[in-house]
Amino acid sequence: MAERNTISVKRAHGAVVEGEALISSEGFSPRYDLDRWSGEISRPGHALEGVNIRDKVLFFPSAKGGIAAGWAFYDIKAKGFAPKALVFGVTNPVMVQGAIFAGIAITEGWDIEPSEVVNNGDWVRVDPQNRTITVVRSSLVSAANQQTTQAE
Amino acid sequence: MLRGERGAAVREALQLQIAIGEFWGARRFVSVSNVHMMGDIEVLGDAGKGFLERVAASAAKAVCSTSTNARCIDFNFTERLRQDAAAVAKETQVIRALRDMDITTVDTCINYQTVYQPHFGEHVAWGDTGTVIYANSVLGARSNFEAGPAALAAALTGRTAEYGFHLDVHRKGTLRVDLDFVPLDLADWGAIGKVVGAANQHYLAVPVFTGVDCHPTADELKHLGASLASYGSMGMFHIVGVTPEARTLDEAFGGNRPTSVLKLTRSDIEQVYAGYDGGDRPLNLVVFSAPQLSIYELKSLAGLFRGKRVKPGAQVFVTTSRGVKSHACQQGYLQTLEEAGVLTLEGVCFYILQNLPQMREQNGWHNIVTNSAKLANIIGAHKFNAILRRTADCVDIATGAV
Repeated sequence: MAERNTISVKRAHGAVVEGEALISSEGFSPRYDLDRWSGEISRPGHALEGVNIRDKVLFFPSAKGGIAAGWAFYDIKAKGFAPKALVFGVTNPVMVQGAIFAGIAITEGWDIEPSEVVNNGDWVRVDPQNRTITVVRSSLVSAANQQTTQAE
Repeated sequence: MLRGERGAAVREALQLQIAIGEFWGARRFVSVSNVHMMGDIEVLGDAGKGFLERVAASAAKAVCSTSTNARCIDFNFTERLRQDAAAVAKETQVIRALRDMDITTVDTCINYQTVYQPHFGEHVAWGDTGTVIYANSVLGARSNFEAGPAALAAALTGRTAEYGFHLDVHRKGTLRVDLDFVPLDLADWGAIGKVVGAANQHYLAVPVFTGVDCHPTADELKHLGASLASYGSMGMFHIVGVTPEARTLDEAFGGNRPTSVLKLTRSDIEQVYAGYDGGDRPLNLVVFSAPQLSIYELKSLAGLFRGKRVKPGAQVFVTTSRGVKSHACQQGYLQTLEEAGVLTLEGVCFYILQNLPQMREQNGWHNIVTNSAKLANIIGAHKFNAILRRTADCVDIATGAV
């Protein structure tokens, strides 16, 4: 059976964007978790602590509280380290309002766990109009091919 | 408005609202009678400030009463807090832009205790998650979390898209929490919010509390709500027999089957406290903030600090609104706190204070002791180690009694 390379999402807004996938096992708030002067996830103990979100397609299972996210996305976009897209399992209105205001693609809901389709470092395309996220280029292509060869 | 009769800023505001509404599948707009928005230089950044100033310069005005949330500068204490002069000047410009738009800059996150109390069923567009969960749950009003740009849009258009908590369907309980103890302190309510919120992070999760065998005060409900919103991103809760849409368990659930039933005992709450540890670093910072304190919280705190002194090397901060601070001064609570060495800030919230990371370094702060579960959650972004304690324990730590 051909491996799936597409995730369908429930809701989406924004332009078609591509970028490197970064999957978090933990939820996200640009206020609680992010250093907004560097773009690094700064909260000690966060699953992505120390990782920079610039130009990434970010996968988060959930959004965390915090109204200030609305201005924060606009701020980090102006500072040049906004992510390309925010892909949430479950989001909240603040994330949506903030992302739309800042012009960052955002989606909610997925029909399969992203980690079953996407690996960190994969190049993915987010298509809000068609509500799909597609792996364009896998970071594990060579490794996967080797495994397939061995299996055969 | 879309044709631009009221200017480009109003047209763009409505376009933003339409896009947001479409995302959530809203079918129409509802009129709002009051807006509460967050807009200070720390959250805005230069980009957001520039945006606000462009809107203000276009002569766009709020069409309904609009208040502002706590901000990052207390103009009385900028030198003492070593707040950046450039940021202070920018904050002044932000306030001017907001006033130009007919926005009332009261700078409080307890607008529901001090400024405007919407009636049952009233649609509003409020920012600050703690204000929204209070409006929905305790007052029976209707609001979603409205971030700064969205709240400003609502102020300019007088409406918001009808989704989320504006709709009956999302206001019903989804999970059940049975308490078998009476919470004794604001921090206990916050700890309950932490346990329930962290385990059920979902904007549309609506916990229904049963077994609340007391009459919770506005301040207790405020701490419960702020904590649920902070840890769980939640916008509504019910307490059977207490909140207006939960006269009975059945009414609270409205036909929903609870997705889970959680039993909370006092030992669960004790475990929350036990989960915080200062290590071997000093407990030299104690903060009462998030949300701002009401006049009754200040009264109670003044009672606890009366005749005591903050221990050498430690600093204690309280944040409240300008109005409450004025009342506290009239009543003498403020002087009692000052005599004990406690600094009361107005119009701000501790965790958004401009210059906080630098303040932390300059003062050698590592641990922060607080009775606010919300503050304990969000201060982590500034690399503090938070320690949640009951109010009296916070005072004992601050005065060196323990």
